[in-house]
Amino acid sequence: MQTLRFLLWRVAKGILVVLAIVILDFALIHLAPGDPASVMAGESGATDEAFLQQLRAKFGLDQPLLTQLGLYLWGVVRLDLGFSYRQQMPVIELVMNRLPATLLLTGAAFAFSLTVGVAMGAWAAANKGRPLDRLITTIALVFYATPLFWMALMAVLIFSVWLDWLPAFGMREVGANVSLMEGVLDVARHLVLPAVTLGLFFMAVYVRMTRSSMIEVGRQDFIKTLRAKGLSERVILRRHVLRNAILPVVSLAGIQAGQMVGGAVMTETVFAWPGIGRLMYEALIQRDYNLLLGVFVVSAAMVVVFNILTDLVYRMVDPRIEVS
Amino acid sequence: MTDATPSAPVLSVSGLAIALPPGADRLYAVEHMEFDIRRGETLAIVGESGSGKSMSANAVMGLLPPGTRVAQGSAKLDGIDLLQLDADAMRAVRGKRIGMIFQEPMTALDPLMRIGEQIAEVFEAHGLLTPPERRARALALLTEVGIPEPERAIHAYPFQLSGGQRQRVVIAMALALDPVLLIADEPTTALDVTTQAQILKLIRELQEKHGTAVMFITHDFGVVADIADRVVVMRQGRIVESGSASAVLGAPQDAYTQALIAAIPSGRRALATGPEKATGETVLAVRGLTKTYRSAGGFFRPARVVHAVRDVSFDLARGETLGVVGESGSGKSSLGRCLVRLVEPDAGSIRLNGQETMGQSVAEMRIWRRRMQMVFQDPYGSLNPRTRVGRIIAEGPIAAGVPIATALAKAADLLALVGLDPSAVERFPHEFSGGQRQRIGIARALALDPEIIIADEAVSALDVSIQAQVLALLADLKARLDLSLIFITHDLRVAATICDKVAVMRKGEVVEMGPAAEIFGNPQHDYTRRLIAAIPGRAEGDVFGGEAVPA
Amino acid sequence: MGAFWSRFRRHKAAVAGLVVVVLVIVIAIAAPYFYPVSPWKMVQRPFLPPFANGAVPLGTDTLGRNVASGLAYGARISLLIGTISTLVALMVGVPIGAAAGYFGGLVDDLLMRFTEFFQTIPSFALAIVLVAIFQPSLVSITIAIAIVGWPPVARLVRGEVMAQRKREYVEAAILAGQSHWTIITRQILPNVTSPIVVLASLMVASAILLESSLSFLGLGDPSIMSWGYMIGAARTVVRQAWWLSVFPGVAILISVLALNLVGEGLAEALDPRSSRDQH
Repeated sequence: MQTLRFLLWRVAKGILVVLAIVILDFALIHLAPGDPASVMAGESGATDEAFLQQLRAKFGLDQPLLTQLGLYLWGVVRLDLGFSYRQQMPVIELVMNRLPATLLLTGAAFAFSLTVGVAMGAWAAANKGRPLDRLITTIALVFYATPLFWMALMAVLIFSVWLDWLPAFGMREVGANVSLMEGVLDVARHLVLPAVTLGLFFMAVYVRMTRSSMIEVGRQDFIKTLRAKGLSERVILRRHVLRNAILPVVSLAGIQAGQMVGGAVMTETVFAWPGIGRLMYEALIQRDYNLLLGVFVVSAAMVVVFNILTDLVYRMVDPRIEVS
Repeated sequence: MTDATPSAPVLSVSGLAIALPPGADRLYAVEHMEFDIRRGETLAIVGESGSGKSMSANAVMGLLPPGTRVAQGSAKLDGIDLLQLDADAMRAVRGKRIGMIFQEPMTALDPLMRIGEQIAEVFEAHGLLTPPERRARALALLTEVGIPEPERAIHAYPFQLSGGQRQRVVIAMALALDPVLLIADEPTTALDVTTQAQILKLIRELQEKHGTAVMFITHDFGVVADIADRVVVMRQGRIVESGSASAVLGAPQDAYTQALIAAIPSGRRALATGPEKATGETVLAVRGLTKTYRSAGGFFRPARVVHAVRDVSFDLARGETLGVVGESGSGKSSLGRCLVRLVEPDAGSIRLNGQETMGQSVAEMRIWRRRMQMVFQDPYGSLNPRTRVGRIIAEGPIAAGVPIATALAKAADLLALVGLDPSAVERFPHEFSGGQRQRIGIARALALDPEIIIADEAVSALDVSIQAQVLALLADLKARLDLSLIFITHDLRVAATICDKVAVMRKGEVVEMGPAAEIFGNPQHDYTRRLIAAIPGRAEGDVFGGEAVPA
Repeated sequence: MGAFWSRFRRHKAAVAGLVVVVLVIVIAIAAPYFYPVSPWKMVQRPFLPPFANGAVPLGTDTLGRNVASGLAYGARISLLIGTISTLVALMVGVPIGAAAGYFGGLVDDLLMRFTEFFQTIPSFALAIVLVAIFQPSLVSITIAIAIVGWPPVARLVRGEVMAQRKREYVEAAILAGQSHWTIITRQILPNVTSPIVVLASLMVASAILLESSLSFLGLGDPSIMSWGYMIGAARTVVRQAWWLSVFPGVAILISVLALNLVGEGLAEALDPRSSRDQH
């Protein structure tokens, strides 16, 4: 019951955030140097004055700003994010076609980074000050400091060009007409490099967070009570320290989700992964601002949804929230 | 309580020395430690902060803080030297042969695990019983330590219990396997006085029932008087005196012990006939002061209401000391902060020399607030660590427009007044001890030449010997400068020592107010009586115990 | 200061990081001295591999431009954008965080909702959109990075100020008659500089990463040579000319790593609690 209430409240808040992002979007179109109509059209047909006129009429660009905002919002509510004149398709359609690939990539990267990151961080914390700890923290630091796009490029160079282990580009073999099983395997093979590259940076983040969180918890008073009970260090670490330490990591992981969308732009660009990150890059290259902003709104909405999910998970893991 | 027939000691510590890490202020945390504890006996280890009183307990438990180590000596539990055991053997002793309870009940339990599971873990750690049996034992233990509704409490998380209840849970865990020795490290220091009395009673009852030997570490001689059979007094890592409780408390031999016992606030002032200076004109008149906190509540949550201060009225005469006493959450600190408007009261009237201060502008407030200054509780938090002492004291006058040089010169004079070297103006707070910092805080309060000083738990964080000095200083300054004092404290002994008039607060309300001698000698309200009854060591002789025993 | 330095020195990796940072700064300043010729100019045949010609030790790119010269000039832009965007982010984040933490209540609520909003937006995507819409230039890139960088500052400062606000010395200052402005700037902020300094050093590192990512996507200032641009331009020829992406990448990695190490060293030297944990 309380969870339901919380969910309602959280969804309401999420909708407000998305609305605010849409308004920000609207503001950006109008703040951009030049005529909003040409911004929307992209630089393609910008020379055609009749076309621009048509656009102005369609979006009420000759009307007061507030009316325009109203029209814009109304469009978003109807899931109309505008039209990509470059690709000659509604933006929402383009984005929706690409969304599953991005969800697959970021989902895989998130699962990889969180499990490996928490495990390595816990391992390092359990061996604090020893060589193993130093090794893990150094690896984490290096991945943390490596530019994602460069890591992706190096992965292509090493594992695809030099070693020829894994495919470097795309999501499927072109023209592959195969069984379901083979298809899944094909996608999985294509997924490995982008997902791992994207995940490595976040893995580094989670290693550091888990490690410091565990060391922090290890300093708390109740650990002494556990020792006084005669529990072994292994049980204390696994059952008590890790459980308490993982909470802040989960909540921070939720906040980090937004960063993953940004990372997806990099990885999808390098690996030619057909997701919305790649779409964003295409929009960028073609100066297709309508599409660019559409992708931006959808990715922000995705983050909002994801944040709600993490909050829900958090509520389930932490008993203190239910009552207080 | 003492067993008449001498038996072999349960725990025998001899020649124990614990080395501190290099660079510490001394080589050994403790050295030459010698003591025995017998079955059914309580040994109190007493000392001020930094005396090393907890260290031998940590060594016995095999839980020394990192960096410290046992340098020499032995600690034999039923003849087996604990200090020679390896980690696994020591772990088998912990929880099974020795139980331990700690100072801070609020943080002593895993916040994410149900109470029942945490108790059951003791059995699991030593491979005893089946899971259903463990649950049954946990329930029985909760009942034994007097937790209300044990069937519900077993499923509760720690945050759902009060501090006293959590301490009961820790006790239940410590005694789950019927250990021969219970180590209690300041187990009641963080608790309110009435809760403290209940916990002490519980420990005593359980000890009698199970014949456990108890090693009780405390800084409080009152608690010692209540619970100990024998006493070890420690100072700077060494035992200065040991013996039976009655001998050490009644006729201390060592000069340090004598000084410590003499420093305990006796409340003798309250025996004197009435307040001396209460004849002066009224400087502060408070009527119907009220402050209510409402938690935000939010869209779906009902708002919670806490009455911090509820319809409080009193008069304060020039030169008078009003004590405000109560347990935590009674609203005594909120009252003090309402008076100086650090907290904005909801309603009521505060008249300073007959002039209403409520509803005044920020600028006007700045003027009159100079006449009412505060001394704070935390000797560390109340001084800005990045500011030189002279500047700290001079901030008030500087803000009031006094030239900086003049204000700093006055700061030096004030330091002399509170018994510090005037050269301290150039130094930073961290170069001073807790007692010296409180003196700096007093000097700061005096810098604006106030008429009223509000001291909020001003001596609570200090060791008893330092406490006595600061109290003496406050009393002396009050007389010399003709100040009125509002003294907020949880410690009835301290209140009885320096107050003319006392107000007892509970849940935001003043339940009883009157001359100190009447309040302490002949309390009318049931709550006041309970508070007084809970004061540890009452029988040792002072105003609370009825007749005084000559020291 | 002496005590701080001796604590910092104990952290060997941090000292190494500091040496690298100083080195990068020196290279950035001395770039025109070493390479008077513009890094955009063709100096040799294209695709000259590294270590083959002493004049162009790290080889040439697809247009015969000197890779070593590009690296030296790229250091300038990285450091410049890194520091300036961090300063701008601090100028936005510190006042917002300090006001929220000090005044609490409604002020805190409003400011923190605002901050959370900016934190919810995927920051890199926002930076892309901002730079794309306002056209890539030194100014737009710096501002975009600052806009996505200030919310963590505000949150950190708010938390620290809130903790200080509860301490009694602040109440004493109010009773002394000091104004809110004086209390925030003279009493509280000096006590929260350590975490801000640490965060700032890490922010410079992330700003460098962010700048290189933008340049890689073609959102760099078109008139300025930068590491990210070099990698972006070499992306399609990674099979033929590995050195074109490897060297600038290593330059970014080393600079960012060094700044992170310096940040860790600062954290330990400035926070006595964490330095005690060393033993």
